[in-house]
Amino acid sequence: MEHFVFTDNVKLALVVLYSVIFILMAVVKVIDTVTEKDMENMWVRLKSFFLIVAFFTLAFCFNKIVAFLFLTLISYLCFKEFLSLIPTRRTDRNVLLWAYLSIPISYYIIYINWVALFYLWIPLYMFILISVRMVMASNVEGFLKNLAVIQYGLMSTVYALGYLGLLAIIPMQYNPKGGAIGLLFFILVFTVSNDFIQMFSGKLFGKHKIIPKVSPNKTWEGLIGGVIGSTLLAVIMGVLLTPFSVPQLVFAGIVLSIFGFFGDVTMSAIKRDLGVKDTSTLIPGHGGILDRLDSLLFTAPLFFHYFAYTYSIVFTRG
Amino acid sequence: MFEKILKYLFFLCIVKPYIYLVLGVNINNADNLPKISQGPAIIVANHNSHVDTLLLMSLFSMPQILKIHPVAAADYFCNTKLKSFIFKTLIGLIPLKRKFGKATKEELFKDINEALRAGESIIIYPEGTRGEDSTIKEFKSGVAHIAAMNPDVPVVPFYINGPDRILPKGAFMFVPFIADVYVAEGIKYDGTPTKVFTERIEKIVTSLKEEHKKREEL
Repeated sequence: MEHFVFTDNVKLALVVLYSVIFILMAVVKVIDTVTEKDMENMWVRLKSFFLIVAFFTLAFCFNKIVAFLFLTLISYLCFKEFLSLIPTRRTDRNVLLWAYLSIPISYYIIYINWVALFYLWIPLYMFILISVRMVMASNVEGFLKNLAVIQYGLMSTVYALGYLGLLAIIPMQYNPKGGAIGLLFFILVFTVSNDFIQMFSGKLFGKHKIIPKVSPNKTWEGLIGGVIGSTLLAVIMGVLLTPFSVPQLVFAGIVLSIFGFFGDVTMSAIKRDLGVKDTSTLIPGHGGILDRLDSLLFTAPLFFHYFAYTYSIVFTRG
Repeated sequence: MFEKILKYLFFLCIVKPYIYLVLGVNINNADNLPKISQGPAIIVANHNSHVDTLLLMSLFSMPQILKIHPVAAADYFCNTKLKSFIFKTLIGLIPLKRKFGKATKEELFKDINEALRAGESIIIYPEGTRGEDSTIKEFKSGVAHIAAMNPDVPVVPFYINGPDRILPKGAFMFVPFIADVYVAEGIKYDGTPTKVFTERIEKIVTSLKEEHKKREEL
């Protein structure tokens, strides 16, 4: 059975990460009890940060099969949350069943290192298959809308999130310092922290709203503070866990921070369009998984392709 | 005892993971959930799918689930010995005859009354059968009769949205969706004619449906 390699640098990063989370949680608790400030939101964010990191650490500790089953489950839950938000037609039940079945197939394709097929599976083959199955249901009312909704759902929750699996199979030789786990750790912690730093700096300095109609809490100050803070974090983590040079990390930090923001507000815009606040209440007080991973939908693929382009990765089917 | 263990394991290992992980539930006004461990309740809901019962029961804690008995059509669920054994053991089902001829109320509802008097709770669908889509059919008065015979037991109306998409009547393959459940405050039988009381229950379920629609169209 294949296991993931946890290099010394990754172990060090994990220890630091958990310490930082616990220290922050303690600080928030102290502020909450000593002062009158409402720290509820901060506390909830920290707790879900901890939960995400803990689940990922646990899943990747065992072996490749457990990790991929875990990723399949995440995509499944996200896709289900996405579909539950949207009123779908009764006649599309079978189309949705096909769409669900594409999730394990997608991860199996990554599991066997057939990366070229992964690139095509959702964007091309499912694009065709969903249309085929939907035509067979022969209901033209709302056809295009439902076709588009299902395809968009698959693209974001299965294809984009699938890049986490793709990062996990990057061969060790391309990243001796941190391995595949180092890259996964980097993008996951970077993205979740980026949300957190943007929210925090928005709370502290926020004044000028960027897109009040989509997300009233997002301010220029929050975004800029987030980009600066996250880029700093990218450099610190990147030196430890990736082969990138500092200028490359600064570039990655800025780009990923901005697109993390766009991933977040895109899901906000979709929810606002549909008139819902959270995607679900799977984790009470935290919204659904999709609420927590929305920024990752953009950052994970971008980070993977930046890495793959820089180091001209070649995958061999094993 | 053996039956209780089977039901416990069935819900703990299969039904709860299926409902919460594979499907998912959003529960609204959870404060209204009846406290079944403290006394019986008559749980009433709209009915579109076999998933409804598993969903409703999963809202309660494990020890509470053992005290809940769905009332179901004898001719559908207990027409063979095997089916009857499975449903009675695993779900704790109470069979009810849909065609009862000359039987009196007391005879017909004997099992239900015994369960309620023993402090157990029941789930009953006043529409009498599963609806074809998400519409609510006219309620039958059986629930009001049961409530009249057990005036101390509250009737707690629920509205369930989702199972008609997950597993509609006639479908054999389920498609996962997150279900929404709405709970109203329990009401006790007030001595009005059963027809009036039935209408009152139906109105509450319909108003819960309206609440859901409002939330969807927000």
